[in-house]
Amino acid sequence: MPEHTAEETHGSPTHEVRDFLRRRREQIAQRWADEPLFRSVFTVSRDEAVEAGKAVVDALAEVADAGRVDDPDAAGFSGVREQLARMGVARGRAGLTAAQVSSELATLRQPVENLLLSDIGEAPAEHVRACATTLTVLMGTLRVVVMQTALSEGEALIDRQRLQLLEVATPVIKLWDGIVAVPLIGTLDSARSQVVMETLLQSIVEQQARFAILDITGVPTVDTLVAQHLMKTVAAARLMGAECIVSGIRPAIAQTIVHLGLDLGTVITRAGLADALKYALHQLGADIVGPTANGTGHR
Amino acid sequence: MPTGAGVEARLPIRSDMDLVWVRQHVRQAAAQLGFGLVDQTKLVTAASELARNTLVHGGGGHMESEPVVSGGVRGLRLTFSDEGPGIADVERALSDGYTSGGGLGMGLGGARRLVHDFAIETVPGAGTTVRVTSWTARPPRQREEH
Repeated sequence: MPEHTAEETHGSPTHEVRDFLRRRREQIAQRWADEPLFRSVFTVSRDEAVEAGKAVVDALAEVADAGRVDDPDAAGFSGVREQLARMGVARGRAGLTAAQVSSELATLRQPVENLLLSDIGEAPAEHVRACATTLTVLMGTLRVVVMQTALSEGEALIDRQRLQLLEVATPVIKLWDGIVAVPLIGTLDSARSQVVMETLLQSIVEQQARFAILDITGVPTVDTLVAQHLMKTVAAARLMGAECIVSGIRPAIAQTIVHLGLDLGTVITRAGLADALKYALHQLGADIVGPTANGTGHR
Repeated sequence: MPTGAGVEARLPIRSDMDLVWVRQHVRQAAAQLGFGLVDQTKLVTAASELARNTLVHGGGGHMESEPVVSGGVRGLRLTFSDEGPGIADVERALSDGYTSGGGLGMGLGGARRLVHDFAIETVPGAGTTVRVTSWTARPPRQREEH
């Protein structure tokens, strides 16, 4: 706020608000501690919520002191940015939409404004109005800061989860001596298929596997890129001396592959994982035989 | 009778993550309109190919999806648009095995075989629009609107 509204007996509205925030720090924090935003995030004790509230009041006072009430990047916010982000994210996880979080933040203004008006009610009306406006702007900036940090926190979370998915979704399982299997799940984009290929080739070496089964039951769409990734993996495994079997081809996928015009003729395919295992065992010279009437395998 | 709500959409195609979104939207829209599992899978696969073309060759764009009805048969129309370099030789691009991007060269031609109606408009230097339609039953024959 510009300082031209300064009067003889009162400082500028910005400084008035700053002094007020410092003076009423305790009371404001006490009132905020009962608001859902603080109450539901700091659940351990009410003192914790009050302390968090005080930190925010201090930040606001510092921002006002620097005269940057409308600047969400003001240095004063840096100390509470992380705390504000945690609060925003916690409310988001509780199922609130961004709009609901924003309106919860808006409710923080009223108790502060009431306190402010009771403090400076004696001052000239114009000055009171200027101070109230300054406070409103400052609280609006606080909202922007929370929403900003909560959003960027969300993006960071999504990035972390993407990386986690890359790792989690590609286990290589040893089914038998010389037979490993990879159950592929979800979207097989370039990054995922690279990880699959690397872990598979690695385990072919470690397990001295002769057969590797790629099960695509959990892959919802097999388009030309997925097919290309599969064929590259098969070719690479072949170079390592292992034969690949692609299993888990559902009827709808089979028809789609035919219409697409893909030629998987060079790849051994089986409908189910069990069929693929049976094939691999047979190739290794071990056959699965059903039990006879007396419970022992026949020869 | 299913309504068109949730089917009509305009999705951006700017990254790999958007392709996931396109596939999920098409799958849900097709299921909602009453497509069988095989036709759903075909349409989703075609959408995946075309959306990837939009991203890789067209430099990004968007997909519009809308429900259509013709002769009492419901269908789903998908339009993929980009403002990329366009396709110089459409016939060649549609032929199997031809690729300019290191893929298998089956995407465009394969997508055409996976849907009932396929139309491509391209202006070299100004972009490409591919419009595909699939029907929940046999495609109505009297369709001559475009």
